[in-house]
Amino acid sequence: MIRRDAILFAGLGVLVLALANWFSVPYTLQILVNAFAYALIALGLNVQWGYAGLFNFGVMGFLMVGGASVTFISYPLNDAFWSSDGPFMLFKALLAAIAGGALIWGVTRIPKKGNLAKLRGFLLVIAWAVAYVVYRSQIDPAARLIEAEADFIGGLGLPAIFGWVFGGIMAGIIAYIIGKICLGLRTDYLAIATIGVSEIIRALIKNMDWLTRGTLTVSPVPWPSPLPADVTAAGIANPDMAILMARSGFLAIVMLLVGVIFFFLQRAYEGPWGRMMRAIRDNHVAAGSIGKNVTKRELEIFVLGAVLMGIGGAILTSYVQLLDPSGYQPINHTFIVWVMIIVGGAGNNYGALFGGIFIYIVWTISEPASVILFSFISDMSEGMRFGAIPDIEARALQMRVFVLGIVITFALRYAPQGMIPERVRTQES
Amino acid sequence: MNEFIFFLNKVIISGATLGSVYALGAVGVTLIFGILRFAHFAHGDMMTLGAFISFMLVGVFQSLGIQTPLPTGFIVLPFAMAITAGLALGIDKGFYQPLRAKGVKTVTLLIASIGVTLMLQGLIRLFAGTATRSFFENEPKDLFRYKLPIEGVRSINISEPQILVILTTIVAVLVLHFFLTRSRIGKGMRAMADNPSLAQVSGINTAGVVRATWIIAGSLAAMAGTMLALDVILKPDLAFNIVLPIFAAAVVGGLGHSYGAIAGGFLIGFAETMSVFNWSIMFRGYDMPEWFPSDLSLVPTEYKLTVAFIILVVVLLVRPQGIFKGASS
Repeated sequence: MIRRDAILFAGLGVLVLALANWFSVPYTLQILVNAFAYALIALGLNVQWGYAGLFNFGVMGFLMVGGASVTFISYPLNDAFWSSDGPFMLFKALLAAIAGGALIWGVTRIPKKGNLAKLRGFLLVIAWAVAYVVYRSQIDPAARLIEAEADFIGGLGLPAIFGWVFGGIMAGIIAYIIGKICLGLRTDYLAIATIGVSEIIRALIKNMDWLTRGTLTVSPVPWPSPLPADVTAAGIANPDMAILMARSGFLAIVMLLVGVIFFFLQRAYEGPWGRMMRAIRDNHVAAGSIGKNVTKRELEIFVLGAVLMGIGGAILTSYVQLLDPSGYQPINHTFIVWVMIIVGGAGNNYGALFGGIFIYIVWTISEPASVILFSFISDMSEGMRFGAIPDIEARALQMRVFVLGIVITFALRYAPQGMIPERVRTQES
Repeated sequence: MNEFIFFLNKVIISGATLGSVYALGAVGVTLIFGILRFAHFAHGDMMTLGAFISFMLVGVFQSLGIQTPLPTGFIVLPFAMAITAGLALGIDKGFYQPLRAKGVKTVTLLIASIGVTLMLQGLIRLFAGTATRSFFENEPKDLFRYKLPIEGVRSINISEPQILVILTTIVAVLVLHFFLTRSRIGKGMRAMADNPSLAQVSGINTAGVVRATWIIAGSLAAMAGTMLALDVILKPDLAFNIVLPIFAAAVVGGLGHSYGAIAGGFLIGFAETMSVFNWSIMFRGYDMPEWFPSDLSLVPTEYKLTVAFIILVVVLLVRPQGIFKGASS
């Protein structure tokens, strides 16, 4: 079995070399950077779904959180914001949010039994309403002021690596909140809830112009490694060479990061912790009855997976140097990751790594491939006097979505375990 | 009085229209969940598919020179429903039936439905492009204005598609009610939703029930999609913007519970229109103090869809079984 995996990875290597031959080396490097970022995200989902069986369909939300976080940390300081009343008003809004939160928390402390029990639900609704009104009364003027005077709050101007870490932390915090409230749900209900939450996150990031500049997009977000322009400045005159070196540098950082994370994930998976998570996944009732704290462990793993997704989302945004909230789509950012681990093999980190890189490459080349295919059919239909196919480029882009759907269908039907399936090691082997 | 009519136009009429569309979609989702026990994510694209079939039929009708007093999109609806129901049966046969035969977990069916949604989306946009279209390019969209017999009061505005949507939904709900309570197969559907194995041993034709479910779900999806396209515009990329509110409606009503889904649909529809409505308009006629805010809408307009998601999440957390008790997965 190990041999089969090695052949698959070798095949992947050949595919990458072939890409470098067909396209150009810098373009292949670009594909690889994104592919490794997606592999990290796929590892995150593998932790959640493959290890613990948590049905997270809100991957996009965590990627957006990561992207917005890295922008906030690494984008240069916005002096117009810091010299205005903005920071003070945001501080007041924060206080209002904390006060509101405290009020809600206080009401939840009312015991479910006793004199006030009947009023509890009613008071809770009132508390939420009051907290919402108080928060809105502070945040709305602050948002208006910042948008009018400073465009948006800008960033902190720190190195991008801190931004990646911060992206992971923010995604983890948000996952903790989501997990706390949603993980009581199972399967279909959890899937619907997480999609709902990720759409809420998207709406917020898209419309909070004061924080993320919304649809106006933020750019350029800096790289953690030297940009092509920096390499040129350092004395490499050939522009192609500069791009090649800069992208290699970025790819090296990403690969190192993925490698380190992969090593620890694999260690955790093979250790007692991994066995416990699989036990919970396969039968949470039984795992609970032998004293495992199912809710807490699931929350833990949900946060861990989300941290990886946040880092992956931060890398993606760093690389394109652009935060564009309207560019996030469930297809490109949630379902593709699901396809990656279904095709790769849920429950096996090697499978997730393989699936992440492989599916990203398939996704990228399916567009030029379908342009070629359509042009061919178009030429044929022209030759047969049916006329050419209009707007080949735009249609080819849609072909990708169709290909993704086909891949899911075939994978589920013929290889439900994935290409590198989960292998459970027993005592004997 | 003016304010009240403004409220009627802005909230009641548009809420009822939106609610009807949601209700029709949610009934399909909830029936599939009740019988087959999985959340059918491809439902939004089935609606888009139905709407596009109607659109093509309208083209055929107009090229034949058939003129109708009602919008042509409404006249072709029965045909579009039949075709979509056939396609829904085909989708089940091609994609879900083989998996069910293998005895996979229902979770796998959910993932399969996402595969189907991607394929449908890709195909629709492959052939139709991404541009939005209108059913009313070649015929006028009638708008009725009802003037109340009071001086100086604005009129109640309702468009022809809106009337048709609301009326058709009422008819569809009544037909569905009689089908589920009176017909043999309808009773079988309710039995199977309650307890599939018991239904099977008591001699109910479960394969027939599954087919009936897809036929109903497919035709209602075509109806909802066409109605939405008639009322607003035909968009090829509705997908999640429509399927999530529909899920919200189905969950609010209790997944697997048809009447709950209808109630949930209207609830979500009204909640969306009411939460973006500027309530301070209602106080315009009175002398309000200086500090009274001029904008009292609960959420800004750009968060209209988010309201449905928030209701969805809150319901899932507070009362996951829905208003009426739904089936569990």
